[in-house]
Amino acid sequence: MTRLPAARLRRLAAAGAAAAVALSLTACAASERDEGDGAQSGGTMTFGAAGAPDLFDPFYASDGETFRVTRQMFEGLVGIEPGGTELQPELATRWEPSEDGLTWTFTLREGVTFHDGTPFDADAVCANFQRMFNQTGAGQSQALSYYWTQSFGGFADGATPSLYESCTAQDPGTAVIELTRSTGEFPGLLALDSFYMQSPAALERYNANDVRAQGDGFVYSEYAREHPTGTGPFRFAGYDEANGSVELARYDDYWGEQAELSRLIFQVIPDETARRQALEAGEIDGYDLPNPADWQTLRDNGFNLQIRDPFNILYLGITQKNNPALADLRVRQALAHAIDRETLVSATLPDGAEVARNFYPDTVDGWTQDVVEYQHDPQRARQQLAEAGQQNLTVDFHWPTEVTRPYMPDPQSIFGALREDLEAAGITVNPVSKPWNGGYIDDVESARAELFLLGWTGDLNSPNNFIGTFFSAPDSQFWTQASPWGQQLSDELQAADSEPDEQRRTAMYEELNRKLKAEYLPAVPISHSPPAIVVSEDVEGLVPSPLTKERFDTVSIGG
Amino acid sequence: MLRYTVRRFGQLILVVAALSVLLFAWLRSLPGGPVSALLGERATPESRAQLQAVLGLDRPVHVQYFQFLGRAASGDFGVSTGVQPGDDALSIFLQRFPATLELSLLAIVLAVAAGIPLGYVAARRRGGWLDNAGVVSSLVGVAVPVFFLAFLLKYVFAVELGMLPTSGRQNAGIDATRVTGFFVLDGLLTREWDASWDALKHLMLPALALSSIPFAVVFRITRAAVLDVLDEDYVRTAYSKGLTDTVIRGRHVLRNAMLPVVTIIGLQTGALLSGAVLTEKVFAFQGVGEALAIGFERRDYPVLQVVIIAAAMVYVLVNLIVDLSYAVIDPRVRT
Repeated sequence: MTRLPAARLRRLAAAGAAAAVALSLTACAASERDEGDGAQSGGTMTFGAAGAPDLFDPFYASDGETFRVTRQMFEGLVGIEPGGTELQPELATRWEPSEDGLTWTFTLREGVTFHDGTPFDADAVCANFQRMFNQTGAGQSQALSYYWTQSFGGFADGATPSLYESCTAQDPGTAVIELTRSTGEFPGLLALDSFYMQSPAALERYNANDVRAQGDGFVYSEYAREHPTGTGPFRFAGYDEANGSVELARYDDYWGEQAELSRLIFQVIPDETARRQALEAGEIDGYDLPNPADWQTLRDNGFNLQIRDPFNILYLGITQKNNPALADLRVRQALAHAIDRETLVSATLPDGAEVARNFYPDTVDGWTQDVVEYQHDPQRARQQLAEAGQQNLTVDFHWPTEVTRPYMPDPQSIFGALREDLEAAGITVNPVSKPWNGGYIDDVESARAELFLLGWTGDLNSPNNFIGTFFSAPDSQFWTQASPWGQQLSDELQAADSEPDEQRRTAMYEELNRKLKAEYLPAVPISHSPPAIVVSEDVEGLVPSPLTKERFDTVSIGG
Repeated sequence: MLRYTVRRFGQLILVVAALSVLLFAWLRSLPGGPVSALLGERATPESRAQLQAVLGLDRPVHVQYFQFLGRAASGDFGVSTGVQPGDDALSIFLQRFPATLELSLLAIVLAVAAGIPLGYVAARRRGGWLDNAGVVSSLVGVAVPVFFLAFLLKYVFAVELGMLPTSGRQNAGIDATRVTGFFVLDGLLTREWDASWDALKHLMLPALALSSIPFAVVFRITRAAVLDVLDEDYVRTAYSKGLTDTVIRGRHVLRNAMLPVVTIIGLQTGALLSGAVLTEKVFAFQGVGEALAIGFERRDYPVLQVVIIAAAMVYVLVNLIVDLSYAVIDPRVRT
């Protein structure tokens, strides 16, 4: 018998040990595949998302990528018509206000169940409202309950007045909601994703209200991370964080027409170019907000590019706090005359963009043609500056980098065009560029900018969602409190929003729009830009929404 | 040997401590912050102030630092505010690290598998076409920015030719079981061969892009080291003793030439993270590099702190392992 050399023995032993480890690992790692899922009809659509959802409890969410997912699982009492901005019945089939606009009676849809099998009824509606109203601690932070604080104000502790008073389950099919004041936004704001109905049983079972500040951030509940339970056409099937993909499955007991797709996957691809390439390679079936520079190429390559109606506004913001010259209306009017919005829109914004006359699109109540128009007139601008004693006006003009927004697809080129216009009118511009989250938003929100670029995509068809959001607070980014009308504008906005009579309310907003342009001019409205969404040619049935609130239950996929 | 190892671990702790102070102060001196990222573009001064207070960001930086240290001592490194909001920063790192490790390992394997043989052959046939081709390709590898190479590879092999995937770690529709977080390995362990193969395909292009610099460096160092060793007296002596070419190559040339090569492999492995940031971003590859890129964009302090400190630790540890491996390769170091 020959003896093996020691070195060879060591190598053999090592190889044996490695094989044993591999075998034991294999033995304890079993596949968890559900072989049954593949048999379902309808196919799978993979949609490229620009970011990971923050969580799956829409009440605590405020970002588009989270809502894109939750919108498929949850529904509101009130819905939005597909492809439009008008309200339509959803979980409530009808609603009736009292004469003073304080009491709203909702008739609920019958035969609706949550994904956990529990019934949707008036008790569930009231449980949802009570849950939102009774937030405490971190749950009251605007970082979490943004839409509640924006729309309803305060909470049950009474520290801040709340629009919400109470909810009563009159009978299983009727819920009555009492408000503390009338608002033109109700019941429209119930179509906001944050106020969609969630299963009270699941909320309780998985401690949905267990959110808390920890260190520099917030910790979310088990419900928000793993057990979102709504009534929508898709139910939650899993979030593979390591692979950046969220999977939803068709809810077979859906009250309405069942979704065509059996599976809906959201694959996170943060880079816009990477999303386009993934679509071109057939790895995803669609993505949102393709770069306008790619629109034609995508069309030429056979993709189905759908351009939504514009429902946003880009404005030139003016902060009256730091540069006293900007508190003079004549100076602000000179800025408006200096900029050539027609050329800017045609040269730097995508096809279908429009020059803005008001601070919101013409499909929203109270929009009026009858407003002062500041035509491009550099001579007039110089003249007005001279009248104000500001011939040598110098302004710091802030613009953001590392960001695109539906209303602002290319901030750099927009800034460049505006800067040229202002300089042509004799204004000295000091450019200040910062990354969006790297100081730009800080500067704007803290009223440190003098001129800035910002905008808004409407959440719902309501004037208050635009001009109320912009100008209600006199110490906002515009610092309107530097002008004698700052508080007055705030009061006028509040009065218009609280007017229960629709006709009178519309007239009040028309008057406000006239004054905003002629007398106040806290900013200069520039444009409305149409955002696009693109899908592969075998995707059918997608209805683009001006509010960018697409639902995928009508979508089918061939091939 | 033991004292040496202990001393190096002591140095590691000092490096991490110093880095954590500098990093903490530097991140908080950057413009912007998590408040803007969390509240978006419609926050009021009041809501900003309220959130600053809730998160403790209104306190002096040194107070925040000591609070961070206190929490870190109990294993709490903070909660993400931007990369994966609500998730523990350390768990984000641990979840994503296998992705970057998988990518880096494949990149370094590709670099070594191509760089050492080519470097050796180039040195043995100095001045030949293979040598010239190797030198030129290594120059290209060093000179071309990784992100550009990544774009190029992706465009050609994924978009135009459709041979490999454009982005991500695995096709989301594949329904893979997760075990270790190393997707290729998981597929093998669970016998989900399609999942393993798909993950490997997703790795190929980013790994190729990432391997360009290490390949160039390994090639050049191997070539230079082999040339040096070939000139040594002991190699001539070995030939004159009549030893075979195989024995001389294996025992005398390659073994002695490997010392600088191993050092450089260690340095390159540690440095791969910087390349991984760009590569992972281009390929939407869910590793720590991508977390770093998103973390900076959204000013996610906890994730940035954990990732940067952990990356530094990995870098120091890899170099420690390299130093210790000298002892194995070169018996003189053991003394």
